[in-house]
Amino acid sequence: MELLLQQVLAGLATGGIYACMALAVVMIYQAIDHLNFAQGEMAMFSTFIAWQLLAWGVPYWAAFLITIAISFIAGAAIERIVFKPIHDAPVLSHVVVFIALFAILNSLAGFIWDFTIKPFPTPFGTAPLFGRGIVSAHQAGMIAVTLVVLVFLYVFFRYTPVGLQMRAAAGNPQSARLVGIRVGWMIALGWGMAAAIGAIAGMLIAPVVFLEPSMMLGILLYGFAAAVVGGLTSPGGAVLGGFSVGILENLVATYVPYVGSELKLPIALVIIVTVLVVRPGGLFGRVHVQRV
Amino acid sequence: MEAAETLAVARARPALTLGRAILLVGILLAIAVPFAAKSFLVFQLTLVLVYAIAICGLNLLTGFNGQFSLGHGAFYAIGAYTAAILMEHGGVSYVWTIPAAGLVCFVAGFLFGLPALRLEAIYLALATFALAVAAPQILKLSPIEHWTGGVQGIVILKPDAPFGLPLNQDQWLYFFTLGVALAMFFAAHNLVHSRTGRAIMAIRDNPIAARSMGINTALYKTLTFGVSALYTGVAGALGAIVVQFVAPDSFTFSLSIAFLVGLVVGGVGWIPGALFGGAFVLFVPNIAEHISKGLSGAAYGVILILLIYLMPSGAGGFFQLLANRAAKWRRRPREERT
Repeated sequence: MELLLQQVLAGLATGGIYACMALAVVMIYQAIDHLNFAQGEMAMFSTFIAWQLLAWGVPYWAAFLITIAISFIAGAAIERIVFKPIHDAPVLSHVVVFIALFAILNSLAGFIWDFTIKPFPTPFGTAPLFGRGIVSAHQAGMIAVTLVVLVFLYVFFRYTPVGLQMRAAAGNPQSARLVGIRVGWMIALGWGMAAAIGAIAGMLIAPVVFLEPSMMLGILLYGFAAAVVGGLTSPGGAVLGGFSVGILENLVATYVPYVGSELKLPIALVIIVTVLVVRPGGLFGRVHVQRV
Repeated sequence: MEAAETLAVARARPALTLGRAILLVGILLAIAVPFAAKSFLVFQLTLVLVYAIAICGLNLLTGFNGQFSLGHGAFYAIGAYTAAILMEHGGVSYVWTIPAAGLVCFVAGFLFGLPALRLEAIYLALATFALAVAAPQILKLSPIEHWTGGVQGIVILKPDAPFGLPLNQDQWLYFFTLGVALAMFFAAHNLVHSRTGRAIMAIRDNPIAARSMGINTALYKTLTFGVSALYTGVAGALGAIVVQFVAPDSFTFSLSIAFLVGLVVGGVGWIPGALFGGAFVLFVPNIAEHISKGLSGAAYGVILILLIYLMPSGAGGFFQLLANRAAKWRRRPREERT
């Protein structure tokens, strides 16, 4: 029982990472109806920007905010410059451009900051919380920040005119355009917000997994898994999905032989496939119904 | 997808004589090349053919059946490992590993196609993405290390030319691969132009209408997944024999990505496009490396983006455009006369 409790708490802590990433995934899915495979690399790049700012002596929270601002602008700029011209191209072309973006960001980060692993500071300290050594202060802080972002998103989408316009633009672009919403800019805004949330996720994750250009691939996969568990259309579901994936991963690792150490990524695969087969819309998502 | 449709329709119409002539010249050139080129280039061209077979398999699934896959690297890995294990532990001749790998991958693809039935476009992309990322770890698994060789992988010996043919090993493998590739492409062409092929494309264009017309959607979709995996598995087995080595880290996510890139570059829903795709996948990263060593990834990405801007529907769409222009140009004087 003691072991079970410990593993659940540890799972919550890693789940925080996935929840962060899943939130960014859901965010961009809401805005553009695509899964952005370059999302992890965008977050990684933002984190490197934060690292550079810190290295130049900028205080942590200032660097945190500046990075978010830069990421927001960069995300919107990527949409305007790279994706707007191919707006009408088939889905597969989009996927290829995501891949191109992935390669560019990864290679650029390695070129500018090289491929060595770098430590990243945490603003919360690393002292264990509750004196048990399971959940560190940083992990608790990470979970708290994730929840704050979630509340912010909820309020933004639910109660602000811009949030409503964004939802309309994503849900039905043509009708949205007819009632005077500038759909193109809403999409750019969505990209910006996704990049900003990705930056937050990256900066929170980096102290745990360390900073290097390919730190994100595995985490992105778990982020996808979490987003799928929660439903790709529900930010709250994504956060909950993140935590449950984290807990599940830890429990499976503890109680099933071989799997824990060697099969971390296949767990995500199994989760994704199982959830999609049993409940294609995820636990909290809306099922897409097609009109004939 | 629309571009793919017009392509598929256009292929069925005339210009066959021209197409046949191009095909014939192409085959003759392909036969002549290994006697003129250096050994390394022959090796590279063999790999282009191998990738082309894999991309052709992906094209059957994505281009003609409309199911996305970011995970074909996993099937390529299964094919490669089947061949390597059969040769290493079973003492099977390399020729027989090819159908065996195809069969194993067909079953694997069919089984993966079953849950894929319930997944719509983006979700299927996601599930296959997970498959691709997970594949290297599954291959490293310790309980099966005896067979797979773990992280070290398996080393294979290159076969000699049979019947005392005056060819070196690279040349022989090239011809062997060329033969398999021609057979596979011919089969794919026939499949697409058959009743089954039309059913497969009907499912892509409108699944609900296809079902109402009596097409067994579930069966055709899973079968297409199986056949697609079969192609990729055969390519994997050939690839393993050509490279003489299999290891988990040769089958990472980037391999699946390379197939997808090759598919889009070659032209979705156009079978010969796979050759262009294969060549792109093999040669362009090298070109990118020549542009800048440190920034090769970035150069590759920029090339990709430019290519999508210039030819949004790949080489297939580009040739289609040229053909349309030519037809218009030919028709013009006649219209002026009337």
